[in-house]
Formats: sequence, C-alpha cells, structure tokens
Amino acid sequence: MLELKNISVKLGEFQLRNINLQLEKGDYYVLLGKSGVGKTVLLEIVAGLIKHGTGQVILNNEDITKYKIQNRKVGIVFQDYSIFPHLNVWQNILFPVKKRKISKKCKEELVKKYAELTNISHLLNRNPQNLSGGELQRVALARTLITEPICLLLDEPLASLDVQLKGGLRNLLRRINQKGVTILHVTHDYEEAIALSNKVAVIHEGEIIQKGLTKEVFKRPVNEFVANFTGIKNFFIAESLSENTAKINGKVQIKVSNKDDLQKGKIIIRGEEIILSNNKIESSATNNFKGTIIQIIPYLTNYEVIVDIGIDLTVVISEESLTKFEFKEGSGVWAAFKSSAIKLIP
Amino acid sequence: MYKNKLRSLDIAFIFLGGLILLFIISPLLGMFLSTTPIQLFETSKDPEVLKSIWLTLRVSFLGTVFFAIGAIPLSYFLARSNFKLKKLINGIIDIPIVIPHSAAGIAILGFISRDSVLGKIASSVGLNFVGHPVGIALAMAFVSIPFLINAARDGFENVPVKLEKTALNLGASPVRVFFSISLPLAWKNILSGLVMMFARGLSEFGAVVIVAYHPMITPVMIYERFGSFGLKYARPISVLFILVCLIFFILLRALTKEKEHRNA
Repeated sequence: MLELKNISVKLGEFQLRNINLQLEKGDYYVLLGKSGVGKTVLLEIVAGLIKHGTGQVILNNEDITKYKIQNRKVGIVFQDYSIFPHLNVWQNILFPVKKRKISKKCKEELVKKYAELTNISHLLNRNPQNLSGGELQRVALARTLITEPICLLLDEPLASLDVQLKGGLRNLLRRINQKGVTILHVTHDYEEAIALSNKVAVIHEGEIIQKGLTKEVFKRPVNEFVANFTGIKNFFIAESLSENTAKINGKVQIKVSNKDDLQKGKIIIRGEEIILSNNKIESSATNNFKGTIIQIIPYLTNYEVIVDIGIDLTVVISEESLTKFEFKEGSGVWAAFKSSAIKLIP
Repeated sequence: MYKNKLRSLDIAFIFLGGLILLFIISPLLGMFLSTTPIQLFETSKDPEVLKSIWLTLRVSFLGTVFFAIGAIPLSYFLARSNFKLKKLINGIIDIPIVIPHSAAGIAILGFISRDSVLGKIASSVGLNFVGHPVGIALAMAFVSIPFLINAARDGFENVPVKLEKTALNLGASPVRVFFSISLPLAWKNILSGLVMMFARGLSEFGAVVIVAYHPMITPVMIYERFGSFGLKYARPISVLFILVCLIFFILLRALTKEKEHRNA
C-alpha cells in the first residue's frame, strides 16, 4: 500500500533519519511525536510538497518519490485547513473535480455526496470566513476525499479544535477509515492514537523509536520516552539484585515478587495501586518509601500526586483522600505498594 | 500626566500633518479657483484638447494592458523564486522610478529610433515609433511599469504558498493553480498596481516629450500652451485633465472596492 523506505531529510534545525513505515490497505496509522520533530515534514514528503532528502515513497508498489505533487494520488489535509478563502464551501469542494471530463450533474452529485459524508450539506453556500475551525476542517476533508485518494494524510487534524468538536470529528475520521480509506495521521496526542488507530509509530529526535499495533505499543513501551508519551506513568528500568529485590532506574531499591523472572527489564507500577499516608503504616505492602510531594495535578475525577522517593513516583488518589490527609506540595509523605503492583513488561 | 503628554503630541502631529496636507491641496485648489466655469466649458469643447485627452487615456490604458501580460508573470516569478540575482533584478525594476524622466526619454528614443534594432524591424513594416502612439506607450510604460511589478509581486508574496500546494495536491495543474488560486488572491494588489501604472502613464511628460512631441498627449499640450500663451491658457486644460484623471481614478478605486467586497 504505502511504504516509506529510509526517508532521511535535514531541514533547518531538525532532521529525520531513516524513517521506515509500512501501511496496509485500510490501516489507520498514527505517527505520534512531540511538536516540531518533523511529523508534518514527513507527510509533506509523502505528498511531494517537499522534495529534499533521500529515501523512497512507494504507493501501491509504484515508486512515487519523483512524481509531481498533482500526480501522487495522496490527499493531504493540513492543520490550518488551507481552505481557499476566495471560494465558498461548494466551490472549495468542487475544485478538485471542476476540470474533470464528467457531466456537471455528476460533479454536483459528488460535491453533495462528500458534503453529506462530512456533515456540511447546510454550509455549502457559506464563505470560509464565516466558518468555525471544526467546519473548516470538515470542508478540507470533503475537498480531499472527493479526489478519492489512495491514502489520506492528516496533519494534526484535531489540534485546533475544542473538546466538543473533537469528538464529532473523531467519529467522522473513524467512519472515513471504515469506508476503506487508508489514513496516515500525525499528532502529538496519544489519546487520538488510542481512539483512532490500529497501528502507531512513535517518533523522537528525528527517528522512529517504536512502531507496531497500537495495543502492543501502548502495552509494551520500549523506553521511558514512549511510556511517558503514551500516557503511561511510573515506567522504570529495573535490575534484579537478589531473588526478591531489584533496583529501579539505578537509584531506588524495591521488593519484587520472587515469581517475577526479572533480570534487567522494564516495569510499570500502577499509580492507582500506590497508597499514600502521612505516617508509615503497617500493612501487607512490602515497599514503603518516605518521600516529598513535588506536585499535585488535578484531573476530572481524581488527582495525580508526584512524589520524590529518589525517583519520581506518580500516585493517583481521590479528592476525598486529598482533603482528608491534607496532602500539600512540599510536604513529607509515605508511599507504599505491594510487590504485586509491579507489572513486568515482556 | 501620560494622557496630557499624548494630547500635546497629537496636537503637534496634527499641526505638522495639516501643513503638509495644505501644501498638497493649496496649489491644486488655487488652480481650480482661478479657472472660471466658462473657461473650463470652452476648453472642454476644444477638439484639439479632447483629442489629446482621449489619446492620453487610450495610449496609457493600452500600454498598461499590453505590458501587464509580461509584468504579472514576472512579478509571480520574483515572488516565488529565490535565486542569486534576485536583488539585482528587483533593483533594475526600480531604475525607471529613480532616473530623471527626460533621461528615460532619451534612452527610449535610442531604443526605438530608426537606427536601433527595434526601429529597423518597425521600419521594415513601414512603422516609425518616434512620433507615434506606440512610441508614447513605450515611454509611458518605461517609467510606470515598476508600480505594477512591485504591487503585483507584493500581492503574490502575500498568497500563502501552502494554498498553491494544496491546489496541486488536489490535482490541479500549475497553470490552473496560477489562474484559479494565485491570481485571484493577489488580484487586489495587481489591480491597484494596474491603476497606479495607468495613472502614472497618464501624467508622464518628461519621457514622452522626447519620444513624441506630436501626436500631443495632454501633459505635453499643457506645456505647449504654457510656453506659447502663458499660465492663463495652460490652466483650464490642466484643470480639465485633472478632473478626467480623478474621475478615472475614483471609478477604478470603486471597482477595486467592489471586488474586495465580493471576496469578503
């Protein structure tokens, strides 16, 4: 389907090195990475907008690396929508098919079909200046989909939208993918990857550091960066010291269950399974650490408390507990967890 | 305290600005007030004057349209390309603005005289550009074309390259992208440049008088009437020509505004 082979490019301050990706027909592939790492550049290379660097872009077994932009049959939707400001919605969507040798009626039907798919049939006579971000994004999608691209490239399509609009657009993207359109979507938001993709690649400092099925990548992050970036907290490298002790991140010694065959590996300690208290408590938890609260971050239903025990430990507690124990940033605290709270990543 | 300071600064600026406005308005107003409606009416019936105004309008307009065919693509090229000699080319385009227009006239005369390559080619088909409307158009265009090129280049530079790339990605050919995206989006600047080029052509005297004293364009006629008959005779034709120019200027501005409004 779409294959990127050894793409390397240096543009200004950043560079991409040896990017290899393979998309199968029907894939929803998310390229996950921080802002400014070159995700957009990669899409523009696929679309032919940038022709620097080395490597190959293969589409349906055809090397399109040297093809002109207009002959590539990949559609790109930009983060800033790139709607033609002097054309109304109808004219924008019609633009790709306007010069096609098909009847006027056929063209009109196509515009209506894609306007309906993207839920903008009521906006067809409006000017882009009077549309919201979400509406503009839908116009951009309809305008690209009307070209029936072999692969759809999406550059942070949800980044500029508020939460309410994001949900609607996510459903639309899912629906488009279910209709058989292969999608390569770049974003910095791991939640988008979870919600939409079947495959994901994490890009960091110009290189892909992990790729594969979304579930696998999120379940088995290869390093701390991927873990943090995919929303996983308390990801550590552990080294076995004896039968039931291990050192994490080379700093803190913990007790592990002796059934864990841990030599040197990656572990996750679930934040929900760590108990915080003001004083040391007697319990079945074998790991007890005194630490200092660095930060308390409120979330919708609970709080994340970052505790420094030599390494930063993220603990999830309820609002009730926070109020009851009067935890404050800078105050001392005890953190306890059972060895069974430690999950070994194979 | 700050408010008071700002107020006195405003007053100083308004006073200084007012002096400049007065400097622009006074001579024109003086000329208008010194011309009686009867004089103006008589002048507007003078066939020589009418013929001259019509010639000036027509030659400047046709020259503008003809040269726009090359100037607009050049502006687009300059807006979109980066090459070593770009600054030099931009500088060359501005030369006609900074050189004395009589010198520009001499340069054009050398370019179109019978001894020149262009003159010889024209002669072979029985044409002599010297003393011919084509010669006048060339002289007008020479001094006024920088206004069009600069305005159009600014216009094209303001069109986001991304919109053009989007259009290409949507399958449009580069020619279609130029005519359906770049040109319409830069049109406001281009139109403004066309108006400026046309207006500058109308008012050209120095370059034209060297290339063609006859047929007489209006600025040359004003000079001729002044030289032969004095200020009193040159004034009504000046007022009439200014009025005609203003009418055209306002009409073209209105057209630009209407276009803007439709695009909004």
